[in-house]
Amino acid sequence: MSEAVPPPIPRRRRWLLWAPLGVAAAGGVGFYAMLRGLSSGSYDPRGVPSALVGHQAPAFTLPPLEAAGLPGLAQADLIDMPRPVLVNFWASWCVPCVIEHPQLMRLSRDGVPVYGINYKDKPADAAGFLAQRGNPFARLGRDQPGRVAIDWGVYGVPETYFVDRGGIIRWRFPGAVTPELLRDDIQPLLRRYA
Amino acid sequence: MRALLFAALLLFPALQAQAIGKPEDMLADPAAEARAREIGRELRCMVCQNQSIEESEADMARDLRLLVREQVARGASNHQVTAYIHARYGDFILLRPPFNTATLLLWGAPLLVLLGGGIVVALRSRTPRAATAPLTEAERQRLADITGDRQA
Repeated sequence: MSEAVPPPIPRRRRWLLWAPLGVAAAGGVGFYAMLRGLSSGSYDPRGVPSALVGHQAPAFTLPPLEAAGLPGLAQADLIDMPRPVLVNFWASWCVPCVIEHPQLMRLSRDGVPVYGINYKDKPADAAGFLAQRGNPFARLGRDQPGRVAIDWGVYGVPETYFVDRGGIIRWRFPGAVTPELLRDDIQPLLRRYA
Repeated sequence: MRALLFAALLLFPALQAQAIGKPEDMLADPAAEARAREIGRELRCMVCQNQSIEESEADMARDLRLLVREQVARGASNHQVTAYIHARYGDFILLRPPFNTATLLLWGAPLLVLLGGGIVVALRSRTPRAATAPLTEAERQRLADITGDRQA
C-alpha cells in the first residue's frame, strides 16, 4: 500500500518559515540599538524635541542676581553677538545641575559665553552655589516665577540652549551636560556656528 | 465674596472632587474655571507625560494651570490659549496630536494597514487554488472503511 505523501509546501510560502526568526532578529537589533543609545546618552525615551529650534529666542527681560555681581539677561543680549552662546537653565536645588557644572566651567574657561537663567531659586541659595562651586556664567538672569522658562519651552532643569550669533536657537538639550555631550554635540556646534 | 465662593464649592461637590489644583489657584467665575479645565485636560504635563496638567501634581503643571487661567481670565479663546502653549512646547504638549507632516504616519497607519490587508486579499483571491488531486482507489477504500459507508 502506498502511503499518501503530503503535498510539498509551495515555494512561494517557504520563506514564511523563516519569518519568526527574522522578526526576532530585527527585534534584537532594535533593542540593542536602543540600549546602546541609552548608555551613550544619544537616545532618551523621555526626550522631547524643542519647538523653538530654528526660531528667535523669545522676548524676555530678567533681573540680575544681586549677590553674584553679574549683569542680568534679556532677549536684547541674544541678538547680534560676536560669537554663539549657551543659555543654561539651572537651580541650586537641582542635582543634575551639580553634575553638569564642571562642563559649564570648562566651556567658560575656553572662552565660550555661558549665560545662566536661575530657575525658581532663592537668591541666597543660588549665590551660595556659585560661591562654593565657581561661576561659569557671563550673564545671569533670575527667573523666580518660572514664567520665562515657559516661554523657552523648558520642562525641567537643567536645560541648555545653543543660540547662534543672530539670536536663533539652534539646539536644545534637556538634562545634564556630560563630557560626552560636550565633545559630541556642543563642540561641533561651536565650530559650525563660530 | 469669600463666603459666597465657599458656599458655591459646597454646592458643587463634583467640582471639588475634580480639582487637583489648590482652591486659591482656581478662577472665581465657575464658567471661566470650567473653560480653563477644558483647555487643561487637553494639555500634557511634560514632567509626568501621561497625565494632563489638570491631573498632575507636578510644579510645572501648576505653572501651566495658572498660565491657562490667567489667559482665560484675560478673555483669550480656548484656541488662543492652546496655540500659545503649543508654540512653546510643540506637538508633544497636545494630548490629541494634530495632523501634520510629523504625525502623518501616526494618523495614516490604520489606513495603511487596511490598504495592505486589502492588497493581500485581492492578490489571494486572484490566484486560482491548485486543483486538488482526486482520491486514489486505496484512499477511497480507506475513507469508506472509516465512515462505514460501503458502496464501492
